[in-house]
Amino acid sequence: MFRRIIKTIWGWIDDRLGLSAQIIPMLTHRVPPDARWWYVFGSATLAAFLIQVITGVILSFSYVAAAGEAFNALIYITKDAPFGRFLRGMHYFGASAMVLMIGIHALQVFWFGAYKFPRELNWITGVMLLGLTVGMGFTGQLLRWDQTAIWSVVVGAEQAGRAPLAGSWIARFILGGGNVGGATLSRFFAIHGFVLPALLFAIIGAHLQLVLRNGISEPPRPGSVVDPKTYRQKYEERIEKTGTPFWPDSAWRDVVFAAAMIGGVVLCAWGIGPPVLGRPPDPSIVHADPRPDWYLIWYFSVLALLPPGTENLFMIFAPLLAGAGLLLLPLLFPHGERHFSRRPAGVAGVVMLLVMVGSLWRSGMDSAWVPDLTAAPISKEIVASDDPLVQRGAQLFSSKGCISCHRIGPGGGQRGPDLTDVGDRLTRDQITIRILNGATNMPPYADILKPDELDALVRFLVSRQVHGSLLYDPSLPAQK
Amino acid sequence: MNTEDISRRRFLARLSIGFAAASAALASVPVIGFLFAPLFKSLPEAWRSVGRVESFEIGKTVSVQFQTADPLPWSGITAKNSAWVRRVSEAEFIVFSIHCTHLGCPVTWIPEAELFMCPCHGGVFTRDGNVAAGPPRHPLTRHQVRVLNGNLEILTKPLPIV
Repeated sequence: MFRRIIKTIWGWIDDRLGLSAQIIPMLTHRVPPDARWWYVFGSATLAAFLIQVITGVILSFSYVAAAGEAFNALIYITKDAPFGRFLRGMHYFGASAMVLMIGIHALQVFWFGAYKFPRELNWITGVMLLGLTVGMGFTGQLLRWDQTAIWSVVVGAEQAGRAPLAGSWIARFILGGGNVGGATLSRFFAIHGFVLPALLFAIIGAHLQLVLRNGISEPPRPGSVVDPKTYRQKYEERIEKTGTPFWPDSAWRDVVFAAAMIGGVVLCAWGIGPPVLGRPPDPSIVHADPRPDWYLIWYFSVLALLPPGTENLFMIFAPLLAGAGLLLLPLLFPHGERHFSRRPAGVAGVVMLLVMVGSLWRSGMDSAWVPDLTAAPISKEIVASDDPLVQRGAQLFSSKGCISCHRIGPGGGQRGPDLTDVGDRLTRDQITIRILNGATNMPPYADILKPDELDALVRFLVSRQVHGSLLYDPSLPAQK
Repeated sequence: MNTEDISRRRFLARLSIGFAAASAALASVPVIGFLFAPLFKSLPEAWRSVGRVESFEIGKTVSVQFQTADPLPWSGITAKNSAWVRRVSEAEFIVFSIHCTHLGCPVTWIPEAELFMCPCHGGVFTRDGNVAAGPPRHPLTRHQVRVLNGNLEILTKPLPIV
């Protein structure tokens, strides 16, 4: 009796919703059986997106999108709200996971040549999703409305301002006025909370529809060439013969991997916690140290290391060119070999990309180009001299800011050359001339140092010898 | 199906698309106007007093704080701004914008080294605002300055885009 009622109710729901008629066939459509673990990254990206939707909506219950109050709201969420710290952590590490997963997903699809016919639009919508994900990351970092956030907006607006003709208009559009201020945060809240998510939902829908329409690509084999005339037919035949239902034969891997990823996000959110709030968003505090979140650190390096003169070209056209190249990729190379062993140019591209982003990322972590304004004065052990003039020179080396850019021993900035053994390399006169006149990337100190200060500084630098100077007496042995 | 049916259908299709397009266009006027309002508004400027003239020492560079030209009621501390004032002589003042001419980060004055240094990408400027090192290509921008009733006043300005 009871079972019959349940069955009737379920039958009614199923009939009206069309679960058995539409949804279940979709879930159980046949897919290539040999895709295995390589194909879990797309669904993991989707899982990360769902974390972001849920935690983002929850956080917005307490967030205040007003420039003067957002910082206080963030402190409240982090310190007082039950689970607030955890949810901020989830949202941060969820974002990190989403960027990581979509990056791996894109690389894997490229590596497998799966962007080729008939899946060109799968790739193109995927590139759009990649762009939107990075956009969500950047705008999300700004909603963490601390000092770093406001200076990130300024840096973003200044870059947009380099665009030809419309530059300053775009910059003003981003800021919502002439300066960062009350209008800025409200705009970014709308973009991060409504505009970009709406686009993401729409394009994810299209992306999934395309996956169903064109089928999951079979892992490539060397020698099997994509020919638009025969591909679809061959694929159908293959799937007919060897395909297995997506649910549950393939889907279990997606679920297991996504669950593990979510577990990782939870652990990080709990153990590491959300990014620390910096100083309040007060543009008049000049002591700032703005850094983008990890996934944009490599671009931070690009901005610091570009040769002057090429900047405008790079800042505006390189991203446009990269975006256009990614979007057009499947239209330029729609057929041919898919296996990486037959695509040397593609392999070279991936290796170059990884090396480039990897090395830029590493130098971004060091940020050796930033003068170290907090470098500790040189210790007595390092000075290692009883000469009062040398000791005074060591003091001046810190107080006049030399140490911000130059290393001596263990401490100091890395912007300029390491001077630990400068006495080995340069004569007294060479050192003096360099200090007075400056050089590329070094300011001249001629009208900053008094003559006696210069003397002390030079005496100190000449005394910086590790192996003994080779300049005066080439016959000296190279080691001490 | 006769030709009358076809032309009727074509008419109805065009009618529907036409109405949809017209109403969308109409509705988008206020939407676009609201969204792009910051572009059409002229940027306000305001003279702000930053202290008594005699409080600035000749040869010194100091930080002053002031309020931007037209803060919104909810701007709070984001309406604050600052500048570097250098009193060159009895009568001459130079007021530098804090924004590095590379990408706008705030430069810090290091008094002993007599240099402005930028924390983002390593720009360095001399005490006159000229580029000493790093990626910037233009000297620090300056605020207009005047003395009124014994007060030093500076003219606010939008974020310099160079």
